[in-house]
Amino acid sequence: MELDLFTRRSDYEWEIPQHGAMRVPALIYANAALIQDMDRKVYEQAVNVATLPGIVKASYAMPDAHWGYGFPIGGVAAFDPDAGGVISAGGVGFDISCGVRCLHTGLKRADIVKVQKELAGMLYHRVPAGVGSTGQIHLGEREMDAMLAGGAKWAVQRGWGLEADLERTEEDGQMKHARPGKVSPQAKKRQRDEMGTLGSGNHYLEVQEVTQVFDAKIAAAFGLQLGDIVVMIHCGSRGLGHQIGTEFLKKMAVTAGAHGIALPDRELACAPIDSEVGQDYLGAMRAAINCALANRQILTHLLRGVFHDILPQAEMPLLYDVSHNTCKLEEHRVDGNGATRKLYVHRKGATRAFGPGHPDIPLVFRETGQPVLIGGSMGTGSYVLAGTKESEGLAFSSACHGAGRAMSRHQALKTWQGRQVVDELAARGILIRSPSMRGIAEEAPEAYKDVSAVVDAADAAGLARKVARVEPLVCIKG
Amino acid sequence: MRWEHYEHGADIGVRGYGASKAEAFEQAALAMTAVVTDPATVEQRERVAIACEAPDDELLFAEWLNALIYEMSARRMLFTRFALRLEGTRLSGEAWGEPVDPARHHPAVEVKGATYTTLRVALEAGRWIAQTVVDV
Repeated sequence: MELDLFTRRSDYEWEIPQHGAMRVPALIYANAALIQDMDRKVYEQAVNVATLPGIVKASYAMPDAHWGYGFPIGGVAAFDPDAGGVISAGGVGFDISCGVRCLHTGLKRADIVKVQKELAGMLYHRVPAGVGSTGQIHLGEREMDAMLAGGAKWAVQRGWGLEADLERTEEDGQMKHARPGKVSPQAKKRQRDEMGTLGSGNHYLEVQEVTQVFDAKIAAAFGLQLGDIVVMIHCGSRGLGHQIGTEFLKKMAVTAGAHGIALPDRELACAPIDSEVGQDYLGAMRAAINCALANRQILTHLLRGVFHDILPQAEMPLLYDVSHNTCKLEEHRVDGNGATRKLYVHRKGATRAFGPGHPDIPLVFRETGQPVLIGGSMGTGSYVLAGTKESEGLAFSSACHGAGRAMSRHQALKTWQGRQVVDELAARGILIRSPSMRGIAEEAPEAYKDVSAVVDAADAAGLARKVARVEPLVCIKG
Repeated sequence: MRWEHYEHGADIGVRGYGASKAEAFEQAALAMTAVVTDPATVEQRERVAIACEAPDDELLFAEWLNALIYEMSARRMLFTRFALRLEGTRLSGEAWGEPVDPARHHPAVEVKGATYTTLRVALEAGRWIAQTVVDV
């Protein structure tokens, strides 16, 4: 985009002043180069979001923002229920509560290299990945509802994980006020055999090495040191979340007129928070958050089993689990008088980044701010950041979520062959395992933007602080 | 070409053309299968009935794709041939295909849902076009 579309507030904060039907301004956190690289659609979508009823302060876009559905991906917007605020299925996305979790291993690179092929093979064998794959767990009606109400806590109670994992998961592993009864039979049917599956597309499981530490003090508090091996999982609520997103997108599009909402774009479909559709979505969406938390918890159990069999000395506590497609009820100071307001904060492709002292993060992170986990593309690198104090005043304590594509799937498929990508990465010591060579070609590392530029901008803008960089040794791709 | 893909950042657009609206819907469904695999590798072993309803043509088209996505996901199937009838705001039809076989289909990615981004159903220069972006 051209920079003259914006009012530059600082090197990392670019404003679209309120105009036309906008109720608030729009703000993009990025540097000039990232803005110039962004699609013009990000501008249009950030402006459209700013027209929605009850929006508070501004419509925000993160440094990795790109053209999404109604909301930009990398979009953040908060709505006040007492000011006619809305909730939007498009503002959360189809893959509800898609997120990243990171586990320690207590291992070093040398431990992995000795067994790297065996480890990659067994992870691929035991962690179901790709189109049409099913898990070992099949849920009947009652267990489905228990899972949708209980989240990771349900999974731990069933033996898939440790009690200690829960305090290292957002919402303590269980999203409250979920309403499984508002989840359709179709959504439940899509999920029946999908618990503990990775999915496809940009979802993955990686064994990674800490290759850079930027903030030694916070890294130490997170339990990360140079050369440490960690495991990251990127996936979401699978078929159940997709179906809920699909159904409520339509319900909200069809009822918007009756609620007196003029939509600049049908994809922005939303409903007043206090309407029946709004409340039904909230209950179903929260159930989908539990589904994603339970799914990542079961995957955790599977991969711990693999490490136990190959590297029994591994100790694998959870570092943290974050979600980047959500709408959550949070208290924020917005009026300058120190009073808090309860707001529904949508983060579509944006990670919550609560800073030091925030009451909703585990005690162990109260001094550092919460870990903010940013997944990169296959074969490049990912980052661990920490929430900052000033982030609340910037974009309701939110940061970026990933690299974002630089090239379409179609173009990637014309440019690379899956086998060639696998061989090139293997030559660099990175083992990729996937059921689909075409999927690998479409996800080739160079098809994505440089995650480092995005993370640097998030750090410089103050959204979150860089703590460590990790690089993959093994990647299981759906 | 009676169907094609078009680019949308992280995802992909599916577009079908036809002498009738129904044919354009069928061709767009074929384009959606091609997001996952080469439709020529999919055999017609099973038939699945589809029915849906929406207040206008464009929402109905999105519903059609979403009904197929649901069947693909819940039955773990891929479809290669489609036939449908449109009556006002109602659609009824069939899809023929088979269960996913990773060894033969090399499925690249699963489709999560049909979005309303660039959603369009229209008669243009004498032929129908039906298109939208699918989230993968």
